[in-house]
Amino acid sequence: MISLYIKRLSFGQVLSSFLLLFLVLLWIVPTVGLFVSSFRDKDQLAITGWWTALSTTERNEFRRTGTKDDQVQLGEKYIISGNFFDAGGKIIQTFSTSFKNLTEYNSGETAKFKDGSLFTLHADGEYQWVSNTPFKHKRGKRVFYVAKVPPTFSLDNYREVLKAEGVGQSFINTLKVTIPATVIPIMIASFAAYAFAWMKFPGRQFLFVTVVGLLVVPLQMSLIPLLSIYNEIGNYFGVSAKSYPGIWFAHTGFGLPLAIYLLRNYIGSLPREIIESARMDGATHMQIFSRIVLPLSVPALASFCIFQFLWVWNDLLVALVFLGKKDDQIVLTSKLRELLGSRGDNWEILTSSAFISIIIPLIVFFALQRYFVRGLVTGSVKS
Amino acid sequence: MQLFDALLAVMVGIGVCVLYYTGTNFLLDRIFSDKNGFLTGKDRWYNAIQPWIFLAPALFFLGVYLVYPVYETFRLSFFNFGGFEFVGLKNYLWAYENPEFQQAVLNNLFWLLFVPILCVILGLITARLADNVRWGTIAKSLIFMPMAISFVGASVIWKFVYDYRGPDSEQIGSLNAIVMLFGAEPQAWITLPFWNNFFLMVILIWIQTGFAMVIFSAALRGIPEETLEAARIDGANEIQIFLKIMIPQILSTVMVVWTTITIIVLKIFDIVLAMTNGQWNTEVLANLMFDWMFRGGGDSGRGSVMAMMIMIAVIPIMVWNIRNFRKEEQVR
Repeated sequence: MISLYIKRLSFGQVLSSFLLLFLVLLWIVPTVGLFVSSFRDKDQLAITGWWTALSTTERNEFRRTGTKDDQVQLGEKYIISGNFFDAGGKIIQTFSTSFKNLTEYNSGETAKFKDGSLFTLHADGEYQWVSNTPFKHKRGKRVFYVAKVPPTFSLDNYREVLKAEGVGQSFINTLKVTIPATVIPIMIASFAAYAFAWMKFPGRQFLFVTVVGLLVVPLQMSLIPLLSIYNEIGNYFGVSAKSYPGIWFAHTGFGLPLAIYLLRNYIGSLPREIIESARMDGATHMQIFSRIVLPLSVPALASFCIFQFLWVWNDLLVALVFLGKKDDQIVLTSKLRELLGSRGDNWEILTSSAFISIIIPLIVFFALQRYFVRGLVTGSVKS
Repeated sequence: MQLFDALLAVMVGIGVCVLYYTGTNFLLDRIFSDKNGFLTGKDRWYNAIQPWIFLAPALFFLGVYLVYPVYETFRLSFFNFGGFEFVGLKNYLWAYENPEFQQAVLNNLFWLLFVPILCVILGLITARLADNVRWGTIAKSLIFMPMAISFVGASVIWKFVYDYRGPDSEQIGSLNAIVMLFGAEPQAWITLPFWNNFFLMVILIWIQTGFAMVIFSAALRGIPEETLEAARIDGANEIQIFLKIMIPQILSTVMVVWTTITIIVLKIFDIVLAMTNGQWNTEVLANLMFDWMFRGGGDSGRGSVMAMMIMIAVIPIMVWNIRNFRKEEQVR
């Protein structure tokens, strides 16, 4: 009876494992595809699927030989020689002077051309063209070949987007937006949360219910009025309406309801005796807050920090409305969206830019997952 | 140099904030302490003022960035494009008859119908499966990971999956490669009328399922083991236990996840903007609103109407939230 129970359980577990494995693969494959692609050679990336990245591909290409200026006379013979490739790696299989018949000669064989000259092409791209009469052509002769191309991975794509496409600059811009937009709301919210939890004042309940209501107010409700306030302030002082402080404050305003709500619930659940005995000993609220409550609230502060950091880093809408699109203000998400429009087919640029934009959140996320999950769960699970 | 500028800006921003709290506290202490520097701790004024000093910045930001704009957007929705002439319900009537707007509302309804429910179902399944196997923690981490990725980043990831090449050339998008493996014709998925909406929804589901899973996983662990054991002894199989005992037990959590994702769906913007910008009948309210904010110099009246639509859809959830909160406070 017991053995039967175990058997059924283990069968269930095997089935669970398979099903879960399938789902996990489904979930990570798109990201893996992006990651792999960002390191691939851009020509390979454009014509073959990322899943072939590790396999050697066969490619049909052509190169031009040297011209008459390259020839050297050796006794009776005139010779043009050289190498088709700058770097090693490609292995030529077959070649021909006509693209219709690529397998005419194997690499290493010598082809005899109509004019009687002899052309030898080796697997590594070395060629030798020997003729009894001087060469006269001004353009190199085209030689078609089939080559095996080994997989190549490099950081070239990253180098290009960081410098030439300005993604490096927008990375700095994003940092410049994100750090204050995370720190400022958490400071403001922790003071407010303390007041809501441990201070007595008229209207406390009403104000906190308002905060709960504001939790779900869509951002869209704020955009139009704020844009006109910003424009008026900008006009009045003769400065640009789009500025870093402007977006810090916007993120502060939008992040505050959740911050106050989470922190108040946490700070409010600290043991009453601790705070009351400190009051008895004559500690001021400021002292209790900074010396007792803040150190005890580190887990809640950390989880909100991660929330806000991820939210601000990943935000597009607020950045589009409150920041400019010039190089000195454009953030990563905004840049990425622009590249999607202008470089829609250049996957080497898109994949590497996208990866640069998601790497920091991923690191933060995996390093601090515990706090993040704890914050989510306390906000959602009813005891 | 750039980095230095950034650092300086960051320090100034944070410094001003710190200065406010320490400064006001210092002032308050100076004003209300006696000549020996000791606080007359029972001073009524001191205790009456201090909470407001703690609250003032928060109330300022909430007021300016949320409360006032809600009122102002409501007001502007009855005014013309520049916001200076009262036009009554004209903007609403315009929206009602505008095909673009109708399309956006319809699409938003589709999103609302499918995304939350699929996230909840997939979240429940993955949570249950992951708790059942030994490598569950890793599995959960991986499924949860897209939560850290921006909507735009996710759009790039999925646009690459959906990439389309002609039927004669080699496909570089995963989806078309799979489709061709089964002998079918490759498709330009994001321009495919009607169905393209679902290909955009997949992106949000991909991001939000991890959230649902993590919450459900925590809630499922909270179910007392005795309850499950009793059912097992009664001969219920694991699927029955999952459907008839576990899910009803965590129903309130399911509702919370459902409403949270519903709100995210209502505001969905980045994915549509990045993938199609509303072309090929994929328009949604938030994207249309963004469009009208700037189209032809910006029409605050029409833009406000669209924001109001999202707000109206959110109000029931807001009321529900507040009522739940009140109930909990009474228990406390």
